[in-house]
Amino acid sequence: MSILTTLQLLPLLGAIVIASMPAGNAKQIKQTALGFSLIVTAISLFMAVNFDTSDSALQFTEVRSWISAFNINYAVGIDGMALALILMTTILVPIVFLAGWNESESGRWSVKVFYILLLILETMMIGVFAATDVFLFYVIFEAMLLPVYFLIGGYGVGDRAAAAMKFLLYSLFGGLLMLAAVIGIYIISTNQGGGTFDIAKLSELTIDTDTQNWLFLGFFIAFAIKAPLWPFHTWLPTAAKSATAGTSTLLLGVLDKVGTYGMIRFCMSFFPDATKTFTPAIITLAVISILYGAFLAIGQKDINSLIAFTSISHFGFITLGIFALTSQGLTGAIFYMVNHGFSTAALFLTAGWMIKRRGSSQIADFGGLQRVTPILAWSFFLAGMSALALPGLSSFVSEFLVLLGSFGKYPAAAILGTTGIILAALYVLIAVQKSLHGETPATSAGITDLSLREKLAIAPVIAVLVVLGFYPKPVLNVINPTTQTVMTHAGVTDPVAKVAK
Amino acid sequence: MLTAPKLDYSLLAPILIILGAAILGVLVEAFIKQAWRARIQLVIALGGIVIAFEQLYRVRDKGSSIAAVTSVSIDGAGIFMQGAILIFAFLGILIIADQDNFVAQASALPGSTEEAVALQTGKQQTEVFPLTLFAVSGMMLFPIATDFITLFVALEVLSLPLYLMAGLSRRRRLLSQEAALKYFLLGAYSSAFFLFGAALLYGYSGSLSLNGLTDAIHGAGGNDVFLLLGIVFLSVGLLFKVGAVPFHSWTPDVYQGAPTPITGFMAAATKAAAFGATIRIFYIGLDAAQLSWKPIISTIAVVTMIFGAIVAISQRDMKRILAFSSIAHAGFILTAVVSLNKNALSASLFYLLAYGVATIGAFGIVTLVRDSAGEVSDVNRWVGLGKKSPLVATVFSLFLLSFAGIPLTSGFVGKFAIFSAAYESGNIYLVVAGVLSSAVAVFFYLRIILMLFFADATNDSVSVVIPSILTRVSISISAVITILLGVAPSLLLNIAQNYSYFLR
Repeated sequence: MSILTTLQLLPLLGAIVIASMPAGNAKQIKQTALGFSLIVTAISLFMAVNFDTSDSALQFTEVRSWISAFNINYAVGIDGMALALILMTTILVPIVFLAGWNESESGRWSVKVFYILLLILETMMIGVFAATDVFLFYVIFEAMLLPVYFLIGGYGVGDRAAAAMKFLLYSLFGGLLMLAAVIGIYIISTNQGGGTFDIAKLSELTIDTDTQNWLFLGFFIAFAIKAPLWPFHTWLPTAAKSATAGTSTLLLGVLDKVGTYGMIRFCMSFFPDATKTFTPAIITLAVISILYGAFLAIGQKDINSLIAFTSISHFGFITLGIFALTSQGLTGAIFYMVNHGFSTAALFLTAGWMIKRRGSSQIADFGGLQRVTPILAWSFFLAGMSALALPGLSSFVSEFLVLLGSFGKYPAAAILGTTGIILAALYVLIAVQKSLHGETPATSAGITDLSLREKLAIAPVIAVLVVLGFYPKPVLNVINPTTQTVMTHAGVTDPVAKVAK
Repeated sequence: MLTAPKLDYSLLAPILIILGAAILGVLVEAFIKQAWRARIQLVIALGGIVIAFEQLYRVRDKGSSIAAVTSVSIDGAGIFMQGAILIFAFLGILIIADQDNFVAQASALPGSTEEAVALQTGKQQTEVFPLTLFAVSGMMLFPIATDFITLFVALEVLSLPLYLMAGLSRRRRLLSQEAALKYFLLGAYSSAFFLFGAALLYGYSGSLSLNGLTDAIHGAGGNDVFLLLGIVFLSVGLLFKVGAVPFHSWTPDVYQGAPTPITGFMAAATKAAAFGATIRIFYIGLDAAQLSWKPIISTIAVVTMIFGAIVAISQRDMKRILAFSSIAHAGFILTAVVSLNKNALSASLFYLLAYGVATIGAFGIVTLVRDSAGEVSDVNRWVGLGKKSPLVATVFSLFLLSFAGIPLTSGFVGKFAIFSAAYESGNIYLVVAGVLSSAVAVFFYLRIILMLFFADATNDSVSVVIPSILTRVSISISAVITILLGVAPSLLLNIAQNYSYFLR
């Protein structure tokens, strides 16, 4: 059994253990969930240590027949990109547990159900990045919507039912389009000697241009809804506004990455020609996303919607990096996916604490937190700085790489994207100023600073942001082989700068 | 001199056993003391089904044998369909056994004192058991019949008991009787169409058997007008039974009016039997003429899928919602009919079983949700059920998710299998239509789940009665099969593939 299978089974085991525990003992349930997620983190770190960065092939693979009639396998294996995203997931989950220790108690259902759903979600989040069988990927891609649906609808705030419904409908619609494309590529492989869902084998198919374009769109729209890219984004702000801080962290930090991950893993490797055909259109959408997200973020009055719109802007950057089709852009985009996960986690978690203490999510209701709760304020400040990609924090490295990588081929897009950075400074600094500085309103006077539990939760996130900001090499080393493989397969090369003679 | 045709009784045994049990049931109804009847009827019905299944299992390797001259042949698909119908019958009878849903004395006028007296004195008639068995025998014969006379006889044998059963509801009897009458009248018309089509095809080919029809089409000797008209009329009869648009209008009314356990049984088993026969007729008898009927049936498939999904959105009655959902599902299976390949056949076998089991489970749950006046099928009164009875709401959601085709349920695998077969046969537009209508359908399934779980219960909302052991067993089996076929579909897919062949 591959270590990847162990990683997937452990949270599921945790869910089963919790299901068998009495519902009344909330504390014990939380501790068990945290314990299981920490073991998963430890094992994933162990796996990372044993990962061979010099080998560009899939590692820790395991293949078992699942549905023999269609040659569907339970097939897992990871390359650098998948490893980075799985590590991000397994580190974020215990942090979310720790940070949102009490957020499960105001829900429609018991604490027990909350942790069962989260642990099942962790199993699926690991599985979706580990899957090397398209069918397996698709099944997890769709099935993981349900825990999130119940987490938003059952434990969120405000008009949570509607937000959950909107989220699910959008995602399922994309998923169904992708299903048609999955079936299409499977039938093509059947016609070319043996139906298969193996990603590596499917990448070798020769597909005519028209079919490529249609299948590409099937996959791409599903991923663009997931990521989310303008104009497929409208579900995100409502979902983020209604979900708990922990759910939002996992939704934007991890689940949405499946979209950008899928663009690289499936769209680019299955349909290299279609990728090139659609690149100009997608780059345009990416730039629109960057600017649109940033502009709308400036205007938001609700902290959670603000974070959601910043994410739309950031997903624009990631997509821009991916479809720039240069090694710097791609490496930057993958690295951005990891950084965005931690940066969003920092934002949502600190914002969640602020909202919980103040009882309101309106930015205008805060002010002067710097004086009352310095540690919380500094954490939020740092999270904000990472969102605007301040040099010295990891998101700067990735944003820089993305812009550098896209400038060579798409200078206009890169320049427009750069204005996104300026807008980012605007929306972050306005929010920071309004909430942390200025007068402390009387209503905020009595609120307490971070507890030890909350400090323990935020510390690793900030540590990651800072350490990777100064020393991104370990992660880049892991990512680079993937970038090279994807580039070679897609048949694109980096532009060479023209030298004056 | 007329020689008696050679019948292979061992191959026909499953049907004969069910017929025998049904006749035994009639005798029990006539001669056994009132107090014992229900129990004995149940034992006979379940026993008959189990023995028939055992007999079917015995002949499982004897596919490709002719059981009765040119009239009945036993082949893989036939054996599979018969097995599926027996499973539906078993699960259905378990829910039907809850006599609370049925009128005490069907002959009493609705609202009359006679009716009230029969109910008060506990004079509960149990004719529903033999009626079900008669219907089952017809359903088992329909998908293995290979000539038009036998097909017609099977069609009538399966339909007539169902017309009666639709009128047996204890509550809302007028609605139930209206449903029965409507079903009977429209059913009679469709049978006439079927018969008319068969006659025209006989005129074309000079043979009543499906093989004879194929030979005639290959020979191209007959008058093509007869062939085309025959196909059209025959299709109308079949499409009526499967509930495809535009011959679907009976479905919501009958589903709503019939006693819920009957609706569940009928939705699963009739659909399986009718599709079993439809697929056989189109694959064996009319395969050679596919150019003439494929465009029509494809269009009907697309319209059926989309219509069922869209109209379901505006429905407010749970049974009507499930009826329109069944119409949409009929559209999906029709895509397998036009795909005309082995994978499509095995996909539809899988789909029919998976869908039927989930349907019986879902209607089983509808029987449990009641208020003081009986069953409540108004969706708006189901709100907050998840709070009151989490288990029932969860299991119901599972069935809905399976209908919606969400991964890790049997419905998803079925849909995947059907769509990939359709894609394989080159009918990509059917896949696209199927995917789009699934997207629409997902909306109303999810809205129900939303109502169950995310809305607060009102005073007006309903409660769940504690199900009888038999109902509980039936729903549990359905739920387990629905999950199992979603997680490990190979269990059934491989069987379906091995049995997906016809004897020509």
